[in-house]
Amino acid sequence: MSEVAEKVEKKSEPLFSKKNKTLITDPLDDNNPITVQVLGICSALAITVQVKNAVVMSLSVLFVLIAGNLVVSLMRNLIPGRIRIIVQLVVVASLVIIVDQVLKAYVYDVSKQLSVFVGLIITNCIIMGRLEAFALGNKPWPAILDGFGNGLGYGAILILVAVVREIFGTGKFWGVELFGNASEGTGLFAMGYMNNNMMILPPMALVVVGIIIWVQRARNTKLIED
Amino acid sequence: MAINRDSNGYTYVFAIAMVVVVGSILASLAMGLKDLQQENMKQEKMRDILVSVQVMEKDQAMTEAPELFNQYIAKRVLLDAGGKVLAEESGNIPSKAQAPEDPFNIDVQKQYRSFKANVVKAEDMKYPLFECSKDGKTFYIVPMVGTGLWGPIWGYVAFKDDLNTIYGATFDHKSETPGLGAEIKEAGFQKQFVDKTIFEGSEFVSISVLKGGGGKADPHGVDGITGGTITSDGVNDMLNNTLSVYATYFKQN
Repeated sequence: MSEVAEKVEKKSEPLFSKKNKTLITDPLDDNNPITVQVLGICSALAITVQVKNAVVMSLSVLFVLIAGNLVVSLMRNLIPGRIRIIVQLVVVASLVIIVDQVLKAYVYDVSKQLSVFVGLIITNCIIMGRLEAFALGNKPWPAILDGFGNGLGYGAILILVAVVREIFGTGKFWGVELFGNASEGTGLFAMGYMNNNMMILPPMALVVVGIIIWVQRARNTKLIED
Repeated sequence: MAINRDSNGYTYVFAIAMVVVVGSILASLAMGLKDLQQENMKQEKMRDILVSVQVMEKDQAMTEAPELFNQYIAKRVLLDAGGKVLAEESGNIPSKAQAPEDPFNIDVQKQYRSFKANVVKAEDMKYPLFECSKDGKTFYIVPMVGTGLWGPIWGYVAFKDDLNTIYGATFDHKSETPGLGAEIKEAGFQKQFVDKTIFEGSEFVSISVLKGGGGKADPHGVDGITGGTITSDGVNDMLNNTLSVYATYFKQN
């Protein structure tokens, strides 16, 4: 992790200096948590069957990443080195519980659909990875930007995969039927079109992520290792 | 820095302080949001009940449930394991703290869990029944709980006023396999139950969930879910166990 070494200089640095901007743009492409660092693959497989779930999941992860990075960055000079991983875990777990409880109180329907997955944010390696690699060694503002960038990078891939899987797996987008009703055989289904049931299964998420990685590396040649 | 961050003492103090702070934050948050969450659960339960008699749609806003519930559900009955009436309530639903024995407040899922854990005996179980009057007709709604493959499954089955023919059924689950067992919550599976009967003559036969079953020829069976055999069996057992209790009450009426 190159970020461990990079410390932010002097206070007079502008909020969106070039370096700070790269904190947001880097994870979107050159250092994407899923396609380049290959972290958080687990949730990319589990919750990309429906776009709606992927979006709510991305937002939850975005929140937990930003807040977690901020809290850990604020405490970075207090955390004892030997229990730092536990401390990070406690921070993440608390934030996830907060998200879960708030969802349950205010958007109960969404929380019912996601409850298991919200809890699983704790196990998302991106979050612990960012806390350990970045927030522990940087000031709060860059840490927030880093969390924001990585959350976006994660969310972008998650939603992209979910779009592909929902359209080809169930013929829907955001729950709206695109090609007609499969069970009643209307629209395209009347002409013999069939949903690809394999798309619903987790292995196809890996294949889709693989294709995304391939396309990304074909475009962005500096990612290709010798 | 004055404090040695690597000393044992500091590590202990930090760990203890962290636990206290995090614990109190989470505890106060949970207490603060408890009322809202319970209200949500209450509304959701009302909606689930109303969906089974087709008063509400599955995706209708939960906030409309309390008003419709008061309007349509005329009577709430509580039965014991022998099918005898323990209580009859109508009107507003008191809170759980005020009236834990109100039929609406009986948590059948919790009761089922205690039963499975041998805390509650079968003969001490209580069975709520909801009477709904809609368009001048009376419908009877039976809540039920059972075990699927990975976790609990539950549902509501509404009967027509002959106390034999099913008017509608809804099922839900906690963690059945998506695309397989989880299909029990889809309309395609639930629609099969409509107009099925649970009595053959005067004998209780329940509804069987069978592989390749159902269809018009079989008034007491529906087709199970391919690839969801254990969940289908769970629905089958749930229907059989629960309805056998209500059947005694149904026969008397």
